[in-house]
Amino acid sequence: MATNTIRLQAKLKDGLTEVKALINHPMETGSRKDLKTGKLIPAQYIEDVSVMSNGKPLLTAAWSFGISKNPYCAFQFKGGKIGDKIKLSWKDNLGETDSAEMEVKE
Amino acid sequence: MTNLPRRSFLKGTLATGAVAIAATVLPFSAMADWPKAAFEAKTVEDAIMALLGSPDTVVSTAITIEVPEIAENGAVVPVKVSSTLPKVESIVLISEKNPIPLVAHFKLESDAVQPFIATRIKMGETSNVVAVLKSEGKLYVARKEVKVTIGGCGG
Repeated sequence: MATNTIRLQAKLKDGLTEVKALINHPMETGSRKDLKTGKLIPAQYIEDVSVMSNGKPLLTAAWSFGISKNPYCAFQFKGGKIGDKIKLSWKDNLGETDSAEMEVKE
Repeated sequence: MTNLPRRSFLKGTLATGAVAIAATVLPFSAMADWPKAAFEAKTVEDAIMALLGSPDTVVSTAITIEVPEIAENGAVVPVKVSSTLPKVESIVLISEKNPIPLVAHFKLESDAVQPFIATRIKMGETSNVVAVLKSEGKLYVARKEVKVTIGGCGG
């Protein structure tokens, strides 16, 4: 299991909670060559992302390696409260996973 | 017990173990499998058909795509999609001329989630960013061109 790859922020303002995530991940396409060895760098990219609030699903996503390296993602939802627990989880094509939790703040 | 997808049967018990733990701890066991066919489609139309089950899209001015006019680095192109369409349940991002056009499928799992997504994508060459939104069962589409000076897909 990967660890500490996710920076998560959830800010509540005017009834809208904005969730921003920055994930440390190579998002390798599998088409890139290692310039030293001439060999293809194996594909490694996040396929599944899930974001929940207090255990309830908010957003799920299916990604390809077309998402940039060190993925950034932001979305917004209504009805959030200070202290709600936002949890983001990801899984990549090689079976690596990580998740992180953050409370909604002002 | 949880049904592990095919790709979970990786070589090496450590990897298998990690996935087995992930399936019970993380929400992915309840999610639909990653849409492989859609992520192998070579054209925009095929990707939409494979992902959303229908090729019928209507061009909509109720979708706003915010992208740079010129992307200096095709490996990191910021994209924001927003919409005034009602009850949006899916936002799909496509980079028209990428080797694999389908980039992402965002499913809005609750009515509370706003029809808005921001992310960064790879673009191989100057082409359109295409956003397909599913609203009340119908598919709506918008396109915006990004001029790419240095392609970002690698290979």
